[in-house]
Amino acid sequence: MIEVPEYSVPLARPKLGSAGKTGFWRTSRPVIDYQKCTKCRLCVIYCVENTIDLMSDMYPRIDYDYCKGCGVCSNVCPHEAITMEPEVK
Amino acid sequence: MTEALRLDNARFLRGNAACPGCPIPKELDTLLSVMGKRTVLVVPASCTSVILGDTRGTPSTVPVIHSAMAASAAIASGVERALRARGEKDFNVVVWAGDGATGDIGFATLSGAAERNENILYVCYDNEAFMNTGIQRSSLTPYGAWTTTTPEGKREFKKPLPLVMMQHRIPYVATASIGYIFDYKQKLRKAKDIKGFRYIHLLSPCPPGWRYDSSLTVEVAKLAVDTGIWPLFEVENGEFRLTSVSKTHLDKSRRKPVEAYLKLQGRFKNLTQEQVQDIQRMVDEMWEEIKALVRK
Amino acid sequence: MQKARKVLALVGNHAVAYAVKQAKPQVLAVFPITPQTTMLEKLAEYIAEGELKAELVKIESEHSAMATIFGAAVAGARVFTATSSQGLLYMTEMIYWVGGARVPLVAAVATRAIAAPWSILDDHHDFVSKRDAIWIQMMAENVQDAYDLTLMAFRISEYPNLLLPVMMGFDGFILTHTMERLEVLNDEEVDEFLPPRKFNLIDFEDPVSIGQVADSSEYIKYRYSAMKAMENAKSVIEEVSKEYSKLVGRNVPGLVEDFMCDDADYAIVAMGAWSGDVREAVRRLRGEGIKACLLKVKTFRPFPKELIRKYLSEKKAVLVLDRAYSYGLGGVLASEVKSTMYGLQVPVYNFVAGLGGQDVRPTVIVDMAKKLHEGTLQEEVWLV
Repeated sequence: MIEVPEYSVPLARPKLGSAGKTGFWRTSRPVIDYQKCTKCRLCVIYCVENTIDLMSDMYPRIDYDYCKGCGVCSNVCPHEAITMEPEVK
Repeated sequence: MTEALRLDNARFLRGNAACPGCPIPKELDTLLSVMGKRTVLVVPASCTSVILGDTRGTPSTVPVIHSAMAASAAIASGVERALRARGEKDFNVVVWAGDGATGDIGFATLSGAAERNENILYVCYDNEAFMNTGIQRSSLTPYGAWTTTTPEGKREFKKPLPLVMMQHRIPYVATASIGYIFDYKQKLRKAKDIKGFRYIHLLSPCPPGWRYDSSLTVEVAKLAVDTGIWPLFEVENGEFRLTSVSKTHLDKSRRKPVEAYLKLQGRFKNLTQEQVQDIQRMVDEMWEEIKALVRK
Repeated sequence: MQKARKVLALVGNHAVAYAVKQAKPQVLAVFPITPQTTMLEKLAEYIAEGELKAELVKIESEHSAMATIFGAAVAGARVFTATSSQGLLYMTEMIYWVGGARVPLVAAVATRAIAAPWSILDDHHDFVSKRDAIWIQMMAENVQDAYDLTLMAFRISEYPNLLLPVMMGFDGFILTHTMERLEVLNDEEVDEFLPPRKFNLIDFEDPVSIGQVADSSEYIKYRYSAMKAMENAKSVIEEVSKEYSKLVGRNVPGLVEDFMCDDADYAIVAMGAWSGDVREAVRRLRGEGIKACLLKVKTFRPFPKELIRKYLSEKKAVLVLDRAYSYGLGGVLASEVKSTMYGLQVPVYNFVAGLGGQDVRPTVIVDMAKKLHEGTLQEEVWLV
């Protein structure tokens, strides 16, 4: 255990969402058409934000709390199963 | 009820400050999944310094030591010596540095650590400019690229850092691209088991810096390799070896024309036809040199 | 029955190296610069002959030297490096990094004038230029003091929860290359005075990120906490020097040392090796009926302003000797003393000398003090 007096050594511990719920950044959101999805897992592998989870049934699931809507997944999907739709509130 | 599988043993947590489309979180997550939790990251001033959050929380799940821009290889040297002196076994000390900290301000520090053959892994993630301060050119910026300090296009050539490191005669040097992630991962695995100074130079495209839509990061990273502009190779104890698709690129007809890569990026939009031809010629000449290296 | 202690004749550099050897550091970073070079060579010799078991990193620059020992200190090792003038300036960025990160470690500075123009000889400019970097800074008066101070520096920096690096300064050539008699402790005594280091920030089971960005509401809290620690350091320094004094059976001062100040009319304030010359000057002045005294500033940072004010408040006048100058304001030490004495009606005079290795004899100091006594001394006098 690292124990230092408060405000001595400037340090931080691991935190999910260190920049907040970055899903708020999106202006467009990726949507997976599971009919077209072949479970190739390329979106999971290439999602630059590590924000697509591989589920136990081997399908991908996007974590919309943190997905920034960059569109890389849509670009790498070989079956055009991911489309970018406008993010509307 | 399906649940998410956790396949990797260390993570770079989501919800961090990286730009949309920035490959750094994936690059680091991949690194940590190979290196494991007994890893210390040393990170000099760069985009990653900011992506690592503030005093309230960090996305890294392994210890990190922030470093002044020129100092990372030296700090890492000290960490490795100290951990070994205190009897720790099976740990990794990894420098995760941008191109500016590596090729420019920290160049002497890098060369010194390599010359001493410090037992550390140095990964230079190359987004080809001083990106964190707003896209100013570095010695790793390619010829012709727009940056805020080279608005008319960089006149000088990209410093051939992997070859410079090869000349240091360290046990392992490799290039990688986030577009060929399995090749990157395999090189990390190999480097992990080698003792001495290991250097991996990872091409890391940057949407705001290279001026392309954030969805194209992987495509751009792939095309850099497919056009032969960024050859994937490794040098293990002096033996030069092409890897992944670059193995097929000794044959020029198997390389895509450089234009396929350049036209996707706004930073190259002011290149003249003559400059594009110059770039094609330089790439072809580089591959002639690579032929000689492969034969050795 | 305690083993008798050895009495050696060593030059300052070797005395510090001997102390460092006894402190058993685990990682050393060495980059040569006159006049510290022979210290590092001695340490390399100790390691080669097996007397010291440590990693000796033959680093490529001073900036990297401080970076290397910073990394090693964060990872739990006891560390050491030494430098001087240009080297100290070159490592300044990392000096601030270490202080700001509150990482305890020890570095020695063989004080030396700063270029341009080139000089390898002594003055205090390099040392005092680091005064705001959140480091404890202490200066030695003679070779025995340099040895003592090195051991005390390790102890002070590793004092539980203090978390401050310590810079020990000793005059280039005047102390580094002068051979003097000193008594060294036995290895077992040093082992007891310096128990194994506990400070460590690398725990794979509790990963932390060190040196994070601190936003505008947080940064000042770190500096405030550092200020509190530096204030606390004043009593820690006194405590450690008392303990060390008891161990060695000699008076080894902590923050300041006063020589004949009880009944003195005039106080001469000095820091470093020339405190010895002031002692001699004070003896001569006393012999001529002038009641002078020496107030030696041993700890420069944290500046012991309460003590200094206490010693000087009843004096008729104060003469501060300076080996470093701040343009527009005055000698560095004099300016700090004046600021400490704000509100008091005691006049403070400043004598600026010894820059670039200039020789300053006790007779010169006696002259200044006599002029002070006669009322003919100007407020600021340079020895040119």
